[in-house]
Amino acid sequence: MALLVDKHRPRSLDDLTYHHGLSDRLRALAQSGDFPHLLVYGPSGAGKKTRITATLKELFGPGVEKIKIDARVFQTTTNRKLDFNIVSSVYHMEITPSDVGQYDRVVVQDLLKEVAQTQQVDLSARQRFKVVVINEADYLTRDAQAALRRTMEKYSPNLRLVLLANSTANIIAPIRSRTLLVRVAAPTEDEIVSVLTKVGTKERYDIVEGLNKRIAKESGRNLRKALLMLEAVYAQNENVSENTRIPPPDWEVVITQIADEIVAERTPAQILQTRAKLYDLLTHCIPPTIVLKTLTMKLVSKVDDELKPEIVKWSAFFEHRIRTGSKVIFHLEAFVAKFMRIMESHSMGLDF
Amino acid sequence: MANFFDIKARKAAAAEGSSKTPTTKQEPNRMQPWVEKYRPKTLADVTAQDHTIQILTRTLTSSNLPHMLFYGPPGTGKTSTILALAKQLYGPELMRSRVLELNASDERGISIIREKVKDFARQQLSAIPPGAAGKAYREKHPVPPFKIIVLDEADSMTQDAQTALRRTMEAYSRITRFCLVCNYVTRIIDPLASRCSKFRFKSLDGSSASARLEHIAEAEGVKLDEGAVDALVRCAEGDLRRAITFLQSAARLVGATVAVSAGKRKKKGEEEDAMDVDAIGGTVTVRIVEEIAGVVPDDVMARLVDAIRSPATGKKRGGVMYEKVAKVVEDLVADGWSATQVTGQLYEKILYDEMIEDKCKNRIVMVFSEADKRLVDGADEHLTILDLALRIGEILAGKG
Ligand SMILES: Nc1ncnc2c1ncn2[C@@H]1O[C@H](COP(=O)(O)OP(=O)(O)OP(=O)(O)O)[C@@H](O)[C@H]1O
Ligand SMILES: [Mg+2]
Repeated sequence: MALLVDKHRPRSLDDLTYHHGLSDRLRALAQSGDFPHLLVYGPSGAGKKTRITATLKELFGPGVEKIKIDARVFQTTTNRKLDFNIVSSVYHMEITPSDVGQYDRVVVQDLLKEVAQTQQVDLSARQRFKVVVINEADYLTRDAQAALRRTMEKYSPNLRLVLLANSTANIIAPIRSRTLLVRVAAPTEDEIVSVLTKVGTKERYDIVEGLNKRIAKESGRNLRKALLMLEAVYAQNENVSENTRIPPPDWEVVITQIADEIVAERTPAQILQTRAKLYDLLTHCIPPTIVLKTLTMKLVSKVDDELKPEIVKWSAFFEHRIRTGSKVIFHLEAFVAKFMRIMESHSMGLDF
Repeated sequence: MANFFDIKARKAAAAEGSSKTPTTKQEPNRMQPWVEKYRPKTLADVTAQDHTIQILTRTLTSSNLPHMLFYGPPGTGKTSTILALAKQLYGPELMRSRVLELNASDERGISIIREKVKDFARQQLSAIPPGAAGKAYREKHPVPPFKIIVLDEADSMTQDAQTALRRTMEAYSRITRFCLVCNYVTRIIDPLASRCSKFRFKSLDGSSASARLEHIAEAEGVKLDEGAVDALVRCAEGDLRRAITFLQSAARLVGATVAVSAGKRKKKGEEEDAMDVDAIGGTVTVRIVEEIAGVVPDDVMARLVDAIRSPATGKKRGGVMYEKVAKVVEDLVADGWSATQVTGQLYEKILYDEMIEDKCKNRIVMVFSEADKRLVDGADEHLTILDLALRIGEILAGKG
């Protein structure tokens, strides 16, 4: 059984329910024939992928929906074998080079050249070029990004890239310069409510406006999250009302616990206990940044206003360290320790 | 093959071809992104790099060329210039056999570079056929007696590869010239850099970039509103390629609505040619350009600055109104505004605000410096901007 998120995914630009201006822009580009390379960015759950898939359909017609998945093997210069999955139709290809980590350059290099050097096989195709969609482009290594540069220019008759990213900060300037930046904002709470209502109706749920509003708010404008929450609420309750509890994901429960505990008790023993929980989160593949950010937001809501900027300051500091360092747990733990110190000093009336 | 170099015949053929193109619907040029369509074809087409172009133009007649190093920010014409130079030197027929281009998308390990360069350098110099055709060709293209190896995006080559390159460069210097192209000259090792004549490509200034954009707009039949060109130049920050991409997208955007209505009109059996968007397209305005460029609108920035400047109430020491700042930042992030863009615009707002004391500004720039570094390192945008905003707030409130 497919998740609601997938089941009711809009398939064409006309079906998209929000950002109509942006849909028009994409349609205009798709119809013009001189479609540029795109760098599509925005927060996760804003619907970037859905929008791009719809744009591809506008470009090529329903044929792009006939996809197959290939497993390919690439070889690095050091003779390492890399397994790599490719989703493709006759007209396009979708890849996630960050799957192969630091070896992404090899994949990008080989694959794009291959695509670029073969012309569209379908002679009746609406476009001469093929599109390659690159997921998680902000995780591409610098080398892989450098490898895209000239390829994007040289093979532009046969190849267009669509880079998907949460942020443009990690994309090197020469790549940004070669793409049209397309910002996809998260839907507003109202827009989320209307999607929830639409999907709920299709699923024959008893729609409760108040509940949908609460879900929209809790989701933090993340549509994917909101839909998952909607599904969970209706799966777990026979009767749903405005006040039905929205079950938070397990990991969030753990983080709430951590926050409660370290606000209450600021001791080395507590740090030790927290460490175990943090480890647990990490082994369940919760991204460290999410852990730190969620924890920070929970802590901030529990302390005096005066302390809030200080806590954010250290959170940002250690998050940066997480990105540039190698041992995630060190930095998470250091943040916890720092937080405790700030609280202690404050309660003793000292400057931190 | 006999009349391969018969320029007259080719010209005639080309003219025939081009007279046909407008009638065929899918004119290949139209399918190209404008940055490629308007890539300078000769040195004279390259705008704004006067000094460099002047020197290089001289080499067209001198039949000698030093090793060269082109450096400068993206989209300023480096690749275009070397390609144009090569084309003018050798002409279309000899380009392939005389010019080797290696870029960051090619495997450029030490041994591979050496092999590729060696193979290429060793090949016999391709020559112009004798006789009248050759003479005509020679009149247009000097065809100097060496080959050119272009190492584009050379700053992504490893130090080791660069060191190896140095020897290769020397070994074949009699019959090859190297042109290294990069963004950051500091990433090229000294022994290499010192063997080259260096050409700096300047970030494009207002007037020259404007001229090029206006030229393209005219060729494409795009109407530009007052100030739109300035907006393009400003948003592109000296990167002409970006400016051209913005222009193209803006043109499509305003043209699109027209295309749709034109389509409708056609149904009613009116004007057949109404589909030609450019002929009757809308006008590109400053606002559209800024929207495409991802510039954060003024009112959004104003909200952020307001929040930053609103002092916390009822506290002994100064501070910022946390909730207010947090809310604005949350919205900014959810709306997907790029953090780099936000920091840039915030910087302008704060640093050019004459009401803020210099003493404060000195401390604020440190905060910006930190934030920029973190963003480049891939730190979380939400936390970074929130931290930045709060710290500026505290400094302005006389704390922190
Ligand atoms: N000086 C210039 N004159 C005319 N057009 C230019 C100039 N600079 C850039 N352009 C336009 O921008 C496009 C990209 O230029 P080019 O490839 O030469 O940039 P580059 O300097 O090599 O950039 P990068 O460092 O990103 O490789 C060209 O196709 C052309 O349309
Ligand atoms: Mg270049």
